Amino acid sequence: MQADPRPVRLGVAVFPGINTERDTHHAVTTFAGAEPVYLWHKDTDLQGVDGILIPGGFSYGDYLRCGAIARFSPIMRSIADFAAEGGLVMGICNGFQILIEAGLLPGALLRNTGLKFVCRYVDVRVETTATPFTRTCAPGELLRIVVKHNEGNYTVDPETLVRMKANAQIVLRYADATGAATAAANPNGSLENIAGVCNEARNVFGMMPHPENSVEAALAGGADGRRFFQSLIDTLAPREVAV
Amino acid sequence: MNVRVYVTPKQGILDPQGATVERALPALGFEGVSEVRIGKFIELKLAPQAGATAELARAEVDAMCRKLLANPIIEDFTFEIDEG
Repeated sequence: MQADPRPVRLGVAVFPGINTERDTHHAVTTFAGAEPVYLWHKDTDLQGVDGILIPGGFSYGDYLRCGAIARFSPIMRSIADFAAEGGLVMGICNGFQILIEAGLLPGALLRNTGLKFVCRYVDVRVETTATPFTRTCAPGELLRIVVKHNEGNYTVDPETLVRMKANAQIVLRYADATGAATAAANPNGSLENIAGVCNEARNVFGMMPHPENSVEAALAGGADGRRFFQSLIDTLAPREVAV
Repeated sequence: MNVRVYVTPKQGILDPQGATVERALPALGFEGVSEVRIGKFIELKLAPQAGATAELARAEVDAMCRKLLANPIIEDFTFEIDEG
């Protein structure tokens, strides 16, 4: 067996006010088979990337609503077309908010119930491994990752929630150390402890925690965030060719 | 034309800011306050298009609200248009 040497190229979208594009870019470089590519918000060319990451931060100063302005940038039109053709897109924190404002993911993200910016480690429970972003996780696995946001309070109308459950679109829930999705384990008041969701076609995924800050076991953030990147890279990796 | 847009959280949508203000007012001695909802007030001027009717202007502002100024999933909006 010999793997195709071509690395998986992951686009990292950059909007003014985003602040974790470097962390996200660096996280990708910690994987031998992957290569990050910055995608500037004013460009429309996706440079032939295999998948797209939309990082966190405060695009356009969070003016009007988080993600509301970024969604109209030229690169987002290309990303929406990419997603419509089945391309894999993962949004982290503000990236999740942008995907929601763009209508690529269901629901909305409201102000945290405590009205405070929350910055701390949380445990999230993997609710489904049947996505290109969580396929290397174990079902029900707990991952420790940091959250840092002011608007992470996920909500969705009851009819859509029923549909999302039927389609297993709820990907992550905040949980306590025993794996129970309790109110005490919920950092922002999100509906049913939801921390991450995917679309019906399962190729667009958004999560509030920051996996890019948990990719190196030797550092304080641990390495639980690697699962998401590894899943994405495994899905996109060129097939191994028998020789 | 002067346009005033009011954006408020939809009924049934949790409004953490409104809830906090509702708890704070009685603490200052203002009794009998309920249903506090905190939204946004947006003013803008719209240049009248040649031949445009009031109806067309309303349709234009309605489209602005749906597309950008409000998020219809979580917010309601109303607006007023003044000639002038």
